[in-house]
Amino acid sequence: MTVAALHSWLMTDTPASRRQAATGNAYRALLAILANPAALAGLVIVSLLLVMAALAPLLAGGVSPIAPDLLHRLAPSSAEHWFGTDELGRDIYARVVYGARVTLTIVVLVSIVVAPIGLAVGTLSGYLGGWIDVALMRITDIFLAFPRLVLALAFAAALGPGIENAVIAISLTAWPPYARLARAETATIARSDFIAAVVLQGASTPRILFRHIVPLCLSSVIVRLTLDMAGIILTAAGLGFLGLGAQPPTAEWGAMVSSGREVVLDQWWVATIPGIAIFVVSLGFNLLGDGLRDVFDPKSA
Amino acid sequence: MADMIALDRLSVTFMNRHQPFHAVSEVTFSVAEGETFGIVGESGSGKTTVLKAIAGLVAPTSGTISLAGRAVTAKRSREERKLLQYVFQDPYASLHPRHTVDEALLEPLYIQGIGGAAEKVADAIAAVGLQPQHRFRYPHQLSGGQRQRVALARALILRPPIVLLDEPTSALDVSIQAEILNLFARLRRAYSLTSILVSHDLAVVAHLCERIAVMQLGRVVELLGVEDLRRGAVQQDYSRELLAASQGFFRSPSA
Amino acid sequence: MSEVLLEVEELDVRFPGRGGVTHAVRSASFTLGRERLGIVGESGSGKSTTGRAILGLIPRPGQVSAKRLSFRGTDLMTLDHAGWLALRGRRISMVMQDPRYSLNPVVKVGEQILETYRLHHRTTVADARRRALAMLEAVRIRDPDLVYHLYPHQLSGGMGQRAMIAMMLIAEPDLLIADEPTSALDVTVQNQVLRILDDLVSKSGMGLIFISHNLTVVSSFCDRVLVMYGGRIVEEVRADMLREARHPYTRALVASAPAIDRPVAELATVIRDPEWLT
Repeated sequence: MTVAALHSWLMTDTPASRRQAATGNAYRALLAILANPAALAGLVIVSLLLVMAALAPLLAGGVSPIAPDLLHRLAPSSAEHWFGTDELGRDIYARVVYGARVTLTIVVLVSIVVAPIGLAVGTLSGYLGGWIDVALMRITDIFLAFPRLVLALAFAAALGPGIENAVIAISLTAWPPYARLARAETATIARSDFIAAVVLQGASTPRILFRHIVPLCLSSVIVRLTLDMAGIILTAAGLGFLGLGAQPPTAEWGAMVSSGREVVLDQWWVATIPGIAIFVVSLGFNLLGDGLRDVFDPKSA
Repeated sequence: MADMIALDRLSVTFMNRHQPFHAVSEVTFSVAEGETFGIVGESGSGKTTVLKAIAGLVAPTSGTISLAGRAVTAKRSREERKLLQYVFQDPYASLHPRHTVDEALLEPLYIQGIGGAAEKVADAIAAVGLQPQHRFRYPHQLSGGQRQRVALARALILRPPIVLLDEPTSALDVSIQAEILNLFARLRRAYSLTSILVSHDLAVVAHLCERIAVMQLGRVVELLGVEDLRRGAVQQDYSRELLAASQGFFRSPSA
Repeated sequence: MSEVLLEVEELDVRFPGRGGVTHAVRSASFTLGRERLGIVGESGSGKSTTGRAILGLIPRPGQVSAKRLSFRGTDLMTLDHAGWLALRGRRISMVMQDPRYSLNPVVKVGEQILETYRLHHRTTVADARRRALAMLEAVRIRDPDLVYHLYPHQLSGGMGQRAMIAMMLIAEPDLLIADEPTSALDVTVQNQVLRILDDLVSKSGMGLIFISHNLTVVSSFCDRVLVMYGGRIVEEVRADMLREARHPYTRALVASAPAIDRPVAELATVIRDPEWLT
């Protein structure tokens, strides 16, 4: 099937099957994202992150990110070491490339924990109302009251350092805003005629929540999640900086910044390069989130 | 013929910041099987609230509602839901924006555990005058009139004996309104429906209904037959005012 | 016919969009004297766009072109910003459909009427206030002093529309464009508002363009009716001759509305002929 034929199959306004209609819809959304320059830039950056994480060994050219080379410590940029070496002589470029894996792992794990919890709490709260709403929202408030980094630190300290615990710690503090968001959306959606229609058909509450309400909350949650990624990455970097995230010798951008602190004045690249990586990826997610918001909800742009 | 719908002194009061608002007060009427009953009134008359109470979407404060001879409360079982379906006013808000027409029609069949769904959906789409190519469209790809057809298909796919229509054509152009009203007239005959049609438009109600209740401020002001309405044989002042206003603007001789 | 107020010749309004150009109004031509002209059409017919084009209210990227568009000799196609400021509200006014959205929600009703007057007349605040109150009385608001100090959301639909009419007529314009002025109102209130409008328009001798989708109201209120379809004016007919109209669309439109005094088994529907769009 040629590209042109595929395009018209997807763009048709008389789809012949559910699959055609759904993929057509997704395709239209993708086209809208690509048409938005900010979103496109964000998408490119995030894609690069994915590529870096997937092809790390290839992109690093076979150089190990953890093998020390004490004879060539703190070397500046050269043909052999594009970004120089750190305090143990490890190639910074390789460490940045492999560090993408850690960053991506944290971001994905946090997302798949936080979105479902937030959606579940928020939609239940918004739809059922009453004392369930009050109870769930007070629990949400309690978690919201804690400063994210401090709570993450406390959990990480209690559970012990490591990526998995860092993810748990960040997730525990990141879910409340999604619950609030889902609750607000649900409260509006629940008043709609199409919900009344399905109630009149005899739908059970779980069916209404899963099949009718959650799909409508998804776009706001996805936008919010993408915009939050930057913050999550920074929190993870912060934990890494404090030694509570990925443990050495694993390459992790935050930990790299931390260990580069001591030599920042003379060998600035050791701390700055990973810092730039954090900045670029955060920016990429921000741009993508902005673009997604423009596409999904143009009124709030 | 037995009464399909019977209301006895139905009242619905809402609490608006500790101030009671009597949306419906002591409304009594009944609808025979196969009849189309009209409720006409202006904003604030309570006509939509009456319909919602009959559907179980709003709980009555006092009074009784009987469907097919049995008294019902606001809490309805899944079985009871098959008795009655509803067509909403706003075609732009009554269909789920992320579900295709196909999914919207499959949903009630799935919920009620009715088999042969795919065929029933195809039949329903044809029965309301839509084409097969509309089947997998999303609501935003349909016009207002097409959406109301989908709404009618959805209401009838469970073959309910009772259908309630809340201003089904108020948001539509007059030519589309004609199509939808004609469609409903055909369908009510085909499916032997008992229905209540609510509208602010007296002409629409007179076109489809045999008996009409005029409501104002939550009360039924007058109950009359359509023939009396056409002849202008109305008893109450408000009904007369409503009838006169519906005929258009009359320039009174300079007062 | 009386003095010609408005001359419209081959008015065209286009809206370029992602899917191509939407031709909202195509070669519309008509003249208006000191009379009531109704423009009737369904959604998408271009009737509201025509009204807005006359007042220069078509937002970018809409493009307006016309062979001739003039008001009492003033060419509206070449009018500059200062010219529009002098014209709108003062010579030509517009009443819109829903006072909830057309009145400023954070300014008291009376103040809005006062502001309109002072924009066009050099006078003291006290004098303007007196005129605003007089205007509220003229639209038969029973307690003008009270209503003067209310906010739009505190008014009922009918009162809001009357306040809007007061605001739009206080500067005594020569032409009033009313875009669905009674469509958001209950039917009994509609006639009250129409009676007030009728009274004010007759007394001042101003021209009126009444845009609506409601044939019954337009044919009973106006002198002449233009029927629009697909951006074109398909018929121009005297209001009392609507039932003898010649264009098939007009005839179908008239026949498709249910009438209390004329029961039919099935309502006539409009079979749209693509020829009508050429």
